[in-house]
Amino acid sequence: MELVHGLAPPMANGDLLFDAPWQGRIFGIARVLCEQGHFPWVDFREALTSRISDWDQTHGEHDPYAYYDHFLAALTDLLSRKNLCDLSELSARDEVFRVRPHGHDH
Amino acid sequence: MPLFRRQREIIIADHDHEPQAIRAEALESLLIEKGLLTADAIDDVIVRYSERVGPMNGARVVARAWTDPEFRRRLLEDGTRAINEFSFEGGQIEKLEVVENTEKVHNAIVCTLCSCYPWAVLGLPPRWYKDPEYRSRIVREPRMVLKEMGLDLPADVEIRIWDSSAEVRYMVLPRQPHDSIGKSEEELAQLVTRNSMVGVESL
Repeated sequence: MELVHGLAPPMANGDLLFDAPWQGRIFGIARVLCEQGHFPWVDFREALTSRISDWDQTHGEHDPYAYYDHFLAALTDLLSRKNLCDLSELSARDEVFRVRPHGHDH
Repeated sequence: MPLFRRQREIIIADHDHEPQAIRAEALESLLIEKGLLTADAIDDVIVRYSERVGPMNGARVVARAWTDPEFRRRLLEDGTRAINEFSFEGGQIEKLEVVENTEKVHNAIVCTLCSCYPWAVLGLPPRWYKDPEYRSRIVREPRMVLKEMGLDLPADVEIRIWDSSAEVRYMVLPRQPHDSIGKSEEELAQLVTRNSMVGVESL
């Protein structure tokens, strides 16, 4: 972890917001649905803290940590609970995308 | 072209076949089909947080507090109301509380449970802010963590750590560097860094 090796955050104000495009997409999904009134942000926060607390209780603070994995899991937890997304439908779509050939759309 | 889009093209080759990337894409496509959102709306949010919601907003607040004692008083009294004077975007903010560094007290912020952060004034948090190490150690051994981050505080300075909650977000009002007294608000805003408003740096 970067923190271990000298705890050196970048001194510039603007470093990368997201390490990968999908992280930006799920952040955007969560914000759009919240801003459109599908849920208040505290509900998302609760789903997120629940996922992170599970991780914190079973891992050490130096273990590799992937924040946006928790974000994605929390978002699907919440959308499923709000009946905005069906988890079996999501898994099926996931599987379809997983087996499609590389270079499908770019 | 927005910065984010350029970065996206550079990193896409490394990430678009990750399992999470595929799941995220599956989720987006289902939600779009259900008419719950559009790809453009997601793009708009990303652009907003990449370009218009960020620490430059907090820097303007700090610079005004340094130059306008009345504003400083309003800011420390009710941060949420004081930043309304700026009409920042992304101000869906929960209550904002601004904590002031002095000669004897140094403040730093954290969210021990997840990643809560005063978006309206600082944008999205850096990665280290969300990491388990910062979340736990800044509470347990703040002086050591700040020292490792380059801020070696005198032993007689009290350190206060402010843990975000669902309702309240904190921002640090850093001390103004002595050699900057007399500069304009615009010049001062250029001096204020994100880390100083998180409380892991002095100016």
